[in-house]
Amino acid sequence: MKTNRSIEEINAKIKTGKVVVFTAEEVIGLVKEKGVAAAAAAVDVVTTGTFGPMCSSGVFLNVGHSQPRIKLNEAYLNGVPAYAGIAAVDLYLGATALPLADPANRNHPGEFIYGGGHVIEDLVAGKKIRLVATAYGTDCYPLKKIATTFCLSEINEATLYNPRNAYQNYNVAINLGHKTIYTYMGVLKPDMGNANYSSAGQLSPLFNDPLLKTIGIGTRIFLGGGIGYIAWHGTQHNPSAERAGNGTPMYPAATLALIGDLKQMQPRWLRGLSFLGYGATLQVGLGIPIPILNEEIMGYCAVSDQDIFAPIVDYHHSYPYREGGNLGLVNYAELKSGAVTVNGRKVPTASLSSYAGAREIAVSLKDWITTGQFTLTSPAVTLPSVDASISLKTMPQRDPEEREDQ
Amino acid sequence: MIKQKIVLRFPPHIVEKPTIYHLIKDYDLMVNILRADINPKKEGRLIMELSGEEANYQRAIEWMNKQGLQIMNLEQQIIWRSDRCTHCGACTVICPTEALLFERPEMTVHFVEEKCIVCELCLRACPARAMETLVDNANFK
Ligand code: SF4
Ligand code: SF4
Repeated sequence: MKTNRSIEEINAKIKTGKVVVFTAEEVIGLVKEKGVAAAAAAVDVVTTGTFGPMCSSGVFLNVGHSQPRIKLNEAYLNGVPAYAGIAAVDLYLGATALPLADPANRNHPGEFIYGGGHVIEDLVAGKKIRLVATAYGTDCYPLKKIATTFCLSEINEATLYNPRNAYQNYNVAINLGHKTIYTYMGVLKPDMGNANYSSAGQLSPLFNDPLLKTIGIGTRIFLGGGIGYIAWHGTQHNPSAERAGNGTPMYPAATLALIGDLKQMQPRWLRGLSFLGYGATLQVGLGIPIPILNEEIMGYCAVSDQDIFAPIVDYHHSYPYREGGNLGLVNYAELKSGAVTVNGRKVPTASLSSYAGAREIAVSLKDWITTGQFTLTSPAVTLPSVDASISLKTMPQRDPEEREDQ
Repeated sequence: MIKQKIVLRFPPHIVEKPTIYHLIKDYDLMVNILRADINPKKEGRLIMELSGEEANYQRAIEWMNKQGLQIMNLEQQIIWRSDRCTHCGACTVICPTEALLFERPEMTVHFVEEKCIVCELCLRACPARAMETLVDNANFK
């Protein structure tokens, strides 16, 4: 008996409370025990989750009009600069933005105690945010300076818009140098002292729909503890990365751009982070429901950590100088066991992404669906996948003085 | 017998006095130094385990108090804010004593206070800033 299920059928089952939902972790055992066909027949939705540091996150704000009016030119939220070049009182605050006065890495490694990610966490937590801004003044927007405070409920819109989240796989970072280095992959001790990874592996959204067959623009998701949507493919989206037989990429590949109303999110799932020697960022909790349309999709959702591979990359030299190459592939079961073997040596591993958090998100999403609070959407358009022949570009670096007519 | 890990803070004028010598010689204590941050003419800090006769230990503490040394039991030093911890695990490869420990298969982090030697490496290595110290470190930078 072949399973063939539509999103409408799944939503009808959600309404009547008859829907069967498993998390991407739970479904592995079910498929092992009953096989793909029986599991596909039994399960309507598989929920995924991930809770990791995700730069390329931020929030659009409309703070409302002052009296007299102002056209914000330079704006600071709790001292952190926000981009004001959109419209009079529209701002975009990025997760990695830092206060002008931040000592950054002048005393290396810098601490980056408070940045854009922390402002976002404070906003969601309902705390008062200090807005200080200047303008040049116009006939229609005469005010030139403002200093005030506001909290989330007092402004018009706060839309989380993350240009690149949910990386489908990521590097395992290691340090081949002889001094400790401080990276966005955490503190890396010298001479391969530790190997840091950052993916939930078998629970991670894009490992469970590796070829992007069910998700696309408009897919409703768990985002920051509330509801969000897939807006677009993310920046640096590279579905052409080399894949294993099960469809999962062995290198960083697809990414997602996500959007959602910040006002219904929770600070628990949007956490400001300070990476020693690197900068500030945001830890984003997100989860995507995978509709089990057929057996093929169930086959993808059954993937487990030992069948997902990631490259070990040297962050002392190879990564920063973009030399390419890696020190071999390891699977997520090895990574999660606490040690991997690199160049014949045992190296302790640590994660930057919280697996416990990912699990909690997948379980929450499952609860939302089984209790009828969350229905699935059909994507309006699918995202570019392996057949889109995308190749990742690097920055053109040429002499800007060079004349094109010569 | 008593065995206690303590943190000693020295004002600048005491840094250069032979405190440890007196602990051993006058109070017959065993001293195991776990960590020392001492700079001549600046405030200093010593983290150590003292063991010996209870009465001697108490007299030694009294004597150190009189000398102007600040004494704290080690357990009061490092705090793991479980409400801020995201259980990522990044600290577990940084902590030298496995005081921060990753439990599998739960995949959650636990803080075993007794194993902590207050090296403070975790304070800044934790991206979520879930590790805190009660002591103001401004003078020790
Ligand atoms: S690094 Fe910080 S947030 Fe992560 S597990 Fe350790 S204490 Fe918790
Ligand atoms: S202070 Fe040092 S020993 Fe104590 S928990 Fe932190 S890293 Fe471990």
